[in-house]
Amino acid sequence: MELVCPAGTPAALRAAVDAGAHSVYCGFADATNARNFPGLNFSRAELEAAIDHAHARGAKVLVAINTFPTAGEEAIWHAALADAARLGADAIILADPGLLAHAAERHPGLRLHLSVQAAAANPDAINLYARHFGIRRVVLPRVLSVEEIAAINREIDIETEVFVFGGLCVMAEGRCALSSYATGQSPNMNGVCSPPDHVAYTSEGDDTVARLGGFAIHRTPRGAPAPYPTLCKGCFVSGERQGHVFEDAVSLDASRLIPALARAGVSALKIEGRQRSRAYVAQIVSAFRAVTDALAAGREPPALALARLAEGQAATTGAYAKRWR
Amino acid sequence: MDLTVGPNLFFWSTEKLHRHHTELAAAPVARVVLGELVCSKRLPFWQDSIPPAIEALQEAGKEVALTTLALITLKRERRLTADLAAMGLPVEINDLSALAHIPEGTPFWVGPLVNVYNEGTLRWLAGRGAVRICLPPELPPRSVSVLAEAARGCGVAIEVWGHGRLPLAISARCYHARLHDRAKDSCQFVCAEDPDGRDVDTLDGQKFLVVNGVQTLSQAHACHAHHVEELRAMGVDALRLSPQSQGFGVICAGYARLLAGETGADDLLATLRAAQPGAAFCDGFASGHPGVNWRAGAAG
Repeated sequence: MELVCPAGTPAALRAAVDAGAHSVYCGFADATNARNFPGLNFSRAELEAAIDHAHARGAKVLVAINTFPTAGEEAIWHAALADAARLGADAIILADPGLLAHAAERHPGLRLHLSVQAAAANPDAINLYARHFGIRRVVLPRVLSVEEIAAINREIDIETEVFVFGGLCVMAEGRCALSSYATGQSPNMNGVCSPPDHVAYTSEGDDTVARLGGFAIHRTPRGAPAPYPTLCKGCFVSGERQGHVFEDAVSLDASRLIPALARAGVSALKIEGRQRSRAYVAQIVSAFRAVTDALAAGREPPALALARLAEGQAATTGAYAKRWR
Repeated sequence: MDLTVGPNLFFWSTEKLHRHHTELAAAPVARVVLGELVCSKRLPFWQDSIPPAIEALQEAGKEVALTTLALITLKRERRLTADLAAMGLPVEINDLSALAHIPEGTPFWVGPLVNVYNEGTLRWLAGRGAVRICLPPELPPRSVSVLAEAARGCGVAIEVWGHGRLPLAISARCYHARLHDRAKDSCQFVCAEDPDGRDVDTLDGQKFLVVNGVQTLSQAHACHAHHVEELRAMGVDALRLSPQSQGFGVICAGYARLLAGETGADDLLATLRAAQPGAAFCDGFASGHPGVNWRAGAAG
């Protein structure tokens, strides 16, 4: 199975390639990609050098241009696409139908992957994108169980890629406006969720309160780790209940499900975390590479000790294990 | 400019739905979208109410469309979507995969949960047969203006969210069930207990969101009454009103009077406040700000 690894910076890209990534995904430093955070992502020159580095070591570079172009400003997204193609990207990860139509028409030879932000959650959707735009791979939304993934693979002719580790959207990706409701900035429009410039930590009595756009998302005893106030991982009150209404402060770890995902016909495993350090990326990539190598050799994959690397210290298998049903 | 009533997002009893449909037949709105948007498990309880509602609304001169689900994953849900497309009424797609069941060239509508953010996507959908598009609520006014102009060029009518709690997210996980320590398959239909969604407040007691099964909405009611003139000038064709359990007739009548120039936005707001004491309103998206903001037409 192909291991698709995150690179928020050129250094992280080199770390991922050197640690054994089969593919690395990255984006330009602007609103054209869904991890548009300060200090992250690539200039054109950096991407060119990164592609050279990866190709020299047999790794591929996938460029994410996976936000939804702003009306009246589509030229920015079209230019990003043309530049990524010109610089030799092995595939482009797209979500917007209009941009996919443009790519299929203007860059007919370019390999296109459908971003998780397109939330194509059934074979009808995937086949539609394949038929209209010639996509070669779909990154599946994190709303599906392993059984459902297997069923999808029986009905489609293109490759599937699934997230196995890192941050977890609990909402259907690309279809969530929670962040823009509270802050005016959204994943679809701006490539950011719960953006840091709308975050405030304050001390109140014995507590630290983390707010997003003025809304209290976490309240933790002072001295205890105060989680980042990602909206859907917050602690809220509903009637008699107080707690994590949407999802606990957990991240995804589907490492133990990789053999089952392989049996379900999945071609590529994706690791989230373009915002993480190169040390983190190197550790995670080499751990997962040991699993894919073992599988390829027909050996029992090693159990990974990833708990301390997981965001918020607790891990979930998300929708894959069908616990949500 | 005229009014479209969106699908009821919540799980209401058949009696309540019947009253709702009767009220809509008499309401001064041009068109109504019927059907289940949020959860396919609810549909068996009320699907028999749909054919008589279609008939009553059409007899009253309303245009009627049928919505798809917002998130189609199960085989049963895909069959349901195919059946919908075969009913002979316009389908409002709220999951792009529904297009697989609509023959090329057959006219369809696009709901607010499909990501239409730019001219390229709008033109692609128009080429595929879209004749009416309700834009995603989070779009800022500049985008609405550009898209309304692009839509005119390809014969597509543009709708904008007018009034009602904002649909913000959809998930595979049922939050109503989760709040009752249940999974989705064993939900026992607890979402029926909350006809306008279940309040989710912050730890500081700020009113924030509501959950409605697998859907999350704003707790504040979007009210774009003060933006109607601006939207009209942009060439927006219709305002969408989203059903709520109390006072929806007052909302439909009030917006119709506003569009007809028989009342002003401030007077309409006073009427809406009287009909729904204690309700919070918001209109931030209409001016390109956080959606929760409430300016009610204040300058700046």
